Amino acid sequence: MNGIHDMGGLHGFGRVEPEIDEPVFHSEWESRVFCMTQVLDTTGIWNLDEHRHEIELMDAASYLTDGYYGRWLFAMERLLARKNIVRHEEVEARIAEYCADVRHPVAPSGAGRNWPLPEHMKIRWGAWRKEIEVTPKYQVGEAVRVRNIHPEGHTRVTAYTRGKVGTIAIVNAQAWVLPDTRAHHRGENLQPVYSVRFAAQDLWGPQAEANHFLHVDLSEDHLESVSGAD
Amino acid sequence: MSHPSSKSKPWQAIRTEAIESLLNELGVIDSARVDEIVHHYEEHVGPKTGAHVVARAWSDPAFKQRLLTDGLAACAELGIGGPETEMLHVLENTPTVHNVVVCTLCSCYPWPILGLPPAWYKSSAYRSRLVREPRKVLAEMGLELPEAVELRVWDSVAEIRYLVLPEQPPATQGMSEDALAALVTRDAMIGVAKVTALSLPFADSGE
Repeated sequence: MNGIHDMGGLHGFGRVEPEIDEPVFHSEWESRVFCMTQVLDTTGIWNLDEHRHEIELMDAASYLTDGYYGRWLFAMERLLARKNIVRHEEVEARIAEYCADVRHPVAPSGAGRNWPLPEHMKIRWGAWRKEIEVTPKYQVGEAVRVRNIHPEGHTRVTAYTRGKVGTIAIVNAQAWVLPDTRAHHRGENLQPVYSVRFAAQDLWGPQAEANHFLHVDLSEDHLESVSGAD
Repeated sequence: MSHPSSKSKPWQAIRTEAIESLLNELGVIDSARVDEIVHHYEEHVGPKTGAHVVARAWSDPAFKQRLLTDGLAACAELGIGGPETEMLHVLENTPTVHNVVVCTLCSCYPWPILGLPPAWYKSSAYRSRLVREPRKVLAEMGLELPEAVELRVWDSVAEIRYLVLPEQPPATQGMSEDALAALVTRDAMIGVAKVTALSLPFADSGE
């Protein structure tokens, strides 16, 4: 989807401001959200692509102001609700109990929810299927064009490369999951991932800086041969 | 100085607490496990791990070759590995080529090697600008690169992760691996800085 998350090339965000002696987490809730997500990642409830896509579905204003871990909090809550594991009303009710200083909050009932997770809902993690081999379509040095596509759903094709021509720099000839389909449970579509090299002028025109090249990772399905044969 | 990414909204902490308590009561997660992971990321993972890898590469040419061939396998020799890195490409900086890494779509980063990324790496400014005007961004961050140096920006938007192998400062030849590792910064392994010998602990000892 063409969303605010696809930031490459945008203007208007000002300077990069490093922080001196930055802590690993800036507040406790950030550490809880990040590490709860790490635990949830192992439960089979979701895969990383649908987690990323959930973040992309945030409204743009919240995306820009909730902070990095705020996006993770949003995705965690929304996915748990989407999968009927923790409902939105239950979170609201628990917050209301905290605000009212309720000493013994009402425990959630186990009935009517997808926990324990039914076997058919369990999702496999990992982005590389080591047990499967694939044959790459493109070789190092070959010119390729990035498909000019604008899917409504999840994709890892950055907007600034679409329709542009580059050269294959690295062939990762392993069986990588295609995020665009796995995010929507439409299959893993195992395929190579390439590092494609672009001259900055081909992406940014006269505003490009001198002697600058971009190396962008792209799945095979996102590329086409320059001759247009495929 | 403003750090928008580090400013919490007041409801975020209570919302997090509510979800965590519900998940615990339902048996979906165990907070003790969450505590362990927090401790792991706060105490055990960080750029020191990557610095150790770089120092070894500088000291051992055969290791460096293995690292450039298969980054993750070479890191595994040192007992390094973990989630969010299924493949690692190591990018060698030289006098004529400078590499720098970004993820424009989220903030992909080699967690097991460098720890969690700093706020600036996750900022809209870095993600939007590094691919379009990297020399300007690097100069603002204190790294001026001559035009003769080829600048390669790696947008790591797939599941392959990247580690920059900085140039070894000539003055540090022959130093011990531990002393070398102490000089290697996180920023140099992302590619927004170079390693300098200036911070040598005993550089001014008059020896």
